[in-house]
Amino acid sequence: MSAITFIIFFGVIGATLYVTYWAAKRTSTASEFYTAGGNLTGWQNGLAIAGDYLSAASFLGIAGSISLNGFDGFYYSVGWLVAYLVVLFLIAEPLRNLGKYTMGDMIGSRFSAKKVRGAAALNTITIVIFYMIAQLVGAGALIKLLFGLDYTWAVILVGIMMSIYVLFGGMAATSWVQIIKAGLLMAGTIIISFLVLLKFDFSMVDMFDKMATSTAHGEAFLLSGILYQNPIELISVLIALLLGTAGLPHILMRFFTVKDAKTARSSVIYATWIIGIFYVLTIFLGFGAAAFVGSDNIIAENAAGNMAAPMLAAILGGEALESFVAAVAFATILAVVAGLVLSGASALAHDLYGEIIKKGKLTEKQQIAAARWAALAVAVFSIILALGSEKLNVAFLVSIAFCIAASANVPTLLFTIYWKRFNTTGAVTSMIVGLSVAIILVILGPNVMNTAEGKGFIDMAPIFPWTNPAIISVPAGFLAAIIGTLLSSRSSGEKNYAEVKFQAETGYRELEAESGGYNPHAH
Amino acid sequence: MSIKAKQNKKSEVDFEKLIETPEFKALVARKNRFITPYVILFMFFFFLLPILTGYTEVLNSNIIGLINGTWFYAWGLFIMTWVFSTIYTKKATSFDSEAEAIIDKYILK
Repeated sequence: MSAITFIIFFGVIGATLYVTYWAAKRTSTASEFYTAGGNLTGWQNGLAIAGDYLSAASFLGIAGSISLNGFDGFYYSVGWLVAYLVVLFLIAEPLRNLGKYTMGDMIGSRFSAKKVRGAAALNTITIVIFYMIAQLVGAGALIKLLFGLDYTWAVILVGIMMSIYVLFGGMAATSWVQIIKAGLLMAGTIIISFLVLLKFDFSMVDMFDKMATSTAHGEAFLLSGILYQNPIELISVLIALLLGTAGLPHILMRFFTVKDAKTARSSVIYATWIIGIFYVLTIFLGFGAAAFVGSDNIIAENAAGNMAAPMLAAILGGEALESFVAAVAFATILAVVAGLVLSGASALAHDLYGEIIKKGKLTEKQQIAAARWAALAVAVFSIILALGSEKLNVAFLVSIAFCIAASANVPTLLFTIYWKRFNTTGAVTSMIVGLSVAIILVILGPNVMNTAEGKGFIDMAPIFPWTNPAIISVPAGFLAAIIGTLLSSRSSGEKNYAEVKFQAETGYRELEAESGGYNPHAH
Repeated sequence: MSIKAKQNKKSEVDFEKLIETPEFKALVARKNRFITPYVILFMFFFFLLPILTGYTEVLNSNIIGLINGTWFYAWGLFIMTWVFSTIYTKKATSFDSEAEAIIDKYILK
């Protein structure tokens, strides 16, 4: 490792650690731990949302996928951006108006039965674990590539770092790390894109001309069809991307870190601009890597193409730019896993322990302690799983997380807000059916059952033909909600829909709802 | 006065009655009338792309140089996202003041 790599890499990491130290001194209540006290402004939260969203899968994965698959790689960029319209138009404001720390709170504002909150917490934890293993595996590979550190030690190192951020700094630290990282990531991407365009004299036409000849795919590289020969499979993936975002716990949690629905709304606007610009630039990252690194070299380093962006940076800007990009990618992974740990911990400590086991009767101090223990448990558990997952495809794990979010969470979220007849049984049925159908079809699909060498875990022809089951599991989640509701009557513990509807639409909250055992000022 | 400040006033609120008030009904109706067409539109335009690229060749022809229709359609979806989200924010601000007016009139009196 040269001096310049060392300085840049540890400069970025040091800055984020300092932020954690600064935030730790200000975190003393559960509200501050989970939601940074709800004090972030619109642009701060917008950057933090962008930071959460632009994970290693976005930065390393999309760049790699475009460089190898052309337009089909860019489908991820399109799907993940348009997904924000679903969040903005249907979910963000009602969620902010009804919830407090978690999605379980929001659903619990209408259905107080423990099994509803329990099912929501189970989904949250499952999604977080899948998403987190993906990030940890990616981080391990990156550190292994950069510093030649053994995979096991790389994962443990990342695990320790993320635990420090969350345990000491909570949401304030996690948010600020995201904000800094989003800024650095945008800077790095803009620099690389500029250098790529410079090579083509700022002519898009020249760049596309070059792409038609620089890969083995020829002009087909510029069309859809390299990665997804079957349009149904492509549509299935796009359903997961479009709806899954609206069900991702760590994204939804971001709407509680601002003071009202209005700020939640403005933060989504900032986020769509930042994320959108980033995703447009992924074209230059991917095309640049295909043209100047070459698909053979990219595949030789990592079969999934995950190292395309850092390799391109090395060619265009030398060691300094490569170190910068690598440091930013590392900070990206740390920040995203920290946010994931936090939402997993909130489901475990707030929903399962605080609300279900202790029935909301915990002091402020006990809540913080529970949250920290839960964060530690989530961190250790996923580190252990990640250690055994080195050979798993990162993009596959992420797409499963999106698929589960879309199938298991989104139907219940939407019906809680918009359907008067919806009831406890419908909510529980939908969450359980969505989760199990998604997981079972993945197990029966080609990612687990595959006869090809080195693919899948079971040496058998897949029973289910597609890698992403969203096209089946999302309708299953919605159907289960409708059938479960229609076949049952209202059970106890259901609040009047009138109250939920009024609060969701206007943002009004009664005092009693505010002091229900979790008001920091009530103690 | 912000909504937050208003919450500190404890009151017995009859939500059944509230959602039957003409103002609330009008607010919800106007919101739905505004939101529904946009949701249908962006879903339609979004899923039209994989259908067109998967089953037809209409987007395959080059438009400028070798930049074909698929890319222009995809960039169009980016612009759609920015335009729709800007329109939403502008419109939602007007819903805010309506919601505040309802809370003022029926709860705080």
